[in-house]
Amino acid sequence: MSDLLEITGLTKQFPGVLANDDISLSVKAGEVVALLGENGAGKSTLVKAVFGLIKPDKGEIKISGNVMAYGDTAGVIAAGVGMVHQHFQLVPVMSVTENIILGDEPRKAFFIDRKSAREQVLALSERYGLEVDPDAIVEDLPVGMQQRVEILKALRKDVKLLILDEPTAVLTPLEIDELLGVIRNLANSGVGIVLITHKLHEVMEVADRVLVLRGGKAIGFTSPKESDEAGLAQMMVGRSVILRVDKTPAKPGKPALEIRGLQVLDDRKLLSVKGVDLIVHHGEILGVAGVEGNGQREMVEAICGMRHRTAGQVLVDGELTKDMHPHSVHAAGISHIPEDREKHGLVASYTIADNLVLNQFDREPFAKGWVRNISQVTSNADQVVEEFDIRTPSAQNLASSLSGGNKQKVVVARELSEDLKVLVAAQPTRGVDVGSIEFIHNQLIAARDRGAAVLLVSAELDEILSLSDRVAVMSGGKIVAIVDSKNADRNYIGRLMAGMKS
Amino acid sequence: MKQTKKSFDVGNWLIPAIAVIIAMAIAGVMMKLQGADPVGAYKTLFTTSFGSAKGFSATLGKATPLVLVGLAVTIGLRAGLFNIGAQGQLISGALGTAWAGYTFTGLPSYIHLPIAIAFGMFFGAFVGFIAGALKAYRGVHEVITTIMLNSIIMGLSDYLVVYHFREPGQLLTRTSEIQKSARLPFLFGLPFGFFIAIALAVLAWWVMANTTSGFRFETVGRNKFAAWYAGISVKRTLVTAMIISGGIAGLGGAIETLGVTYRFEPAFNAGLGFDGITIALLGRAHPLGIIPGAILIGGMRAGASNMQFVAGVATELVDLLMALILFFVTAPLVTRFFKNSTSKSVTGGWGN
Repeated sequence: MSDLLEITGLTKQFPGVLANDDISLSVKAGEVVALLGENGAGKSTLVKAVFGLIKPDKGEIKISGNVMAYGDTAGVIAAGVGMVHQHFQLVPVMSVTENIILGDEPRKAFFIDRKSAREQVLALSERYGLEVDPDAIVEDLPVGMQQRVEILKALRKDVKLLILDEPTAVLTPLEIDELLGVIRNLANSGVGIVLITHKLHEVMEVADRVLVLRGGKAIGFTSPKESDEAGLAQMMVGRSVILRVDKTPAKPGKPALEIRGLQVLDDRKLLSVKGVDLIVHHGEILGVAGVEGNGQREMVEAICGMRHRTAGQVLVDGELTKDMHPHSVHAAGISHIPEDREKHGLVASYTIADNLVLNQFDREPFAKGWVRNISQVTSNADQVVEEFDIRTPSAQNLASSLSGGNKQKVVVARELSEDLKVLVAAQPTRGVDVGSIEFIHNQLIAARDRGAAVLLVSAELDEILSLSDRVAVMSGGKIVAIVDSKNADRNYIGRLMAGMKS
Repeated sequence: MKQTKKSFDVGNWLIPAIAVIIAMAIAGVMMKLQGADPVGAYKTLFTTSFGSAKGFSATLGKATPLVLVGLAVTIGLRAGLFNIGAQGQLISGALGTAWAGYTFTGLPSYIHLPIAIAFGMFFGAFVGFIAGALKAYRGVHEVITTIMLNSIIMGLSDYLVVYHFREPGQLLTRTSEIQKSARLPFLFGLPFGFFIAIALAVLAWWVMANTTSGFRFETVGRNKFAAWYAGISVKRTLVTAMIISGGIAGLGGAIETLGVTYRFEPAFNAGLGFDGITIALLGRAHPLGIIPGAILIGGMRAGASNMQFVAGVATELVDLLMALILFFVTAPLVTRFFKNSTSKSVTGGWGN
């Protein structure tokens, strides 16, 4: 019997990024294959290619032995491939039954045959052991139950291969356990499963085989039997890009940023930063290593006043920062390179010049009282564009005209152009070309050498290890260890990242 | 590398110009079908409103509240708010001003006028504030609240005029006439209110382009997440924008009352606030861009009755023209065709 899914030599080049580089993968019936990788590793490109949504440059995709053509999404679905999206595709005000039958409703003349629809849903629910209330309204259900509806909806079309895209991202720990049980049951009933995730323990718990992707390349297959979480973490974060950073040893001064007992809730109102204490000194870079989703984002946002703290204090040069507003935090001397530059870091329809003063526009010299000093904004921009090598014909061009790397340079330049005390840099080189990465790294070190305290949060272990003077490892919302980067052992850090005790 | 462009430029005038031309062509075809002479009708329309000093003065009189409501909608769009409620804000302002205009007696003009205008602006601003606060602190979409407030204000103003503010002994539902001291004068034969409106539009342009407050507005309108990150209070900005927007619409009602109608009568101002939306979009949400739009539409309104008299074309033609203009200004097809972009709406992403 042929494999359910067989991908051979899939290659896809996007402008500037090799999203998939010669990837091969096969999935058999009754098997759970995990696709493990950081954001941007090429997981979603691969899945889109399976659905015929993007045209691969090279390679072949077979479903149940038949070669699928680009653009034949309907054919892929007809061949029995179902997908559960990270963001649910449900109509909140409709019932469970209505959502599941949507798009292919059983009919009686011109009307929906509600009775048989309900029976279909009950039969489906029984067949796969996924209990749902067919009459409940979707928006009243907890998220985990909504996802169950989403899964049933996917299973209804006689699915042989089910792809789940980051299914646990929105779930609570209890719901995650339930979901993993469901995945196992589905596999036992003969469905082939592709689980896309970057969470290690899920992979360990449920996968039969694991394909680790990094930077578009297949790093290799492994399985929970052959490897452990530390091994997976190391494959995932990798050592492919050896980033050379020339830096002198740090000369740490007085504590600049002190974090005491910080507790923060995430968007699901669950405690995701569970009491963090950190001290960053003037003239040092403290790197926070960790698998994404272990509270780093929430911690950064709380330090920078963009997220409410439920407990704890943040001090700059020994003085408490006022809680809760980016403006006061910034005034206290904390600069912030935000993780999401498109959302928070830039106004795409503003000029580069305006973006370079986005959080200083109302201060000297860019404004005098109520009136902006446009000529200062312009001359500042011309100078910064030159100094930071921002590739644009003019600083009066719109920020949206820049490439990712140059956009990030605008953000970095803005945050560094001040006489800063503390710099919080979240994923400062994500989605940035190699040349810009090097430039940004050197800028961070230059800021350190000028006496700034740099808190660097990155999902790239290489970046952390090459830039940091000390490395804090974050796992499960806590700092589990702080080590000097000179004697930092990659394997040791990998195990800590995976949440294991040393 | 796309066009070099300032954050606050004059915008693209091509689409509005083409929209007006296409609208006039279609309306012309419809006149022809009715057996009328479109060329003659348009000639009458525009010579009436722009061909003589007296006609031009009337045009500017009609254009005055249009500049202001257009500006009100524009200010909202700049901060990312679609203020559909200029109509209600204008009526509140008109009624407040009329009350102040006939109630206070014995004041000199230079005191009475500012007081009456302040009343109008206050009530307009207050109505705007309600929508702004609901948006900022309760997350209710401003399109919903401003539409509902329009209905509430219409009903409330009718009630007030019928039962409380009706001119003594009057059968018609209208207030007393305002005092002579509250009437807006003419300057060089042109309505004084027009100068106020133009001055305000220029001021608004300057504030938006050159002040920190203007930058806050713009930033919130273009990316409220980045605004929050940059330390701007998004909520306060939204409320302020609605207060200013409502205040300017209220000023439109005030000037109409003090310079044209001299009293409040419920049906008088019907539709002015909605014309403001057309004008703001025609002016591409630019504080100066709305001035030609308002004068054009003011001219059509001013010349409509003479056109009916001379060319036998019903005055409703102007409404048809307005609707067509609005249609072509907003029609994504036209936008796409000329801007070669698929995702941007005519307001460049504002107001949604």
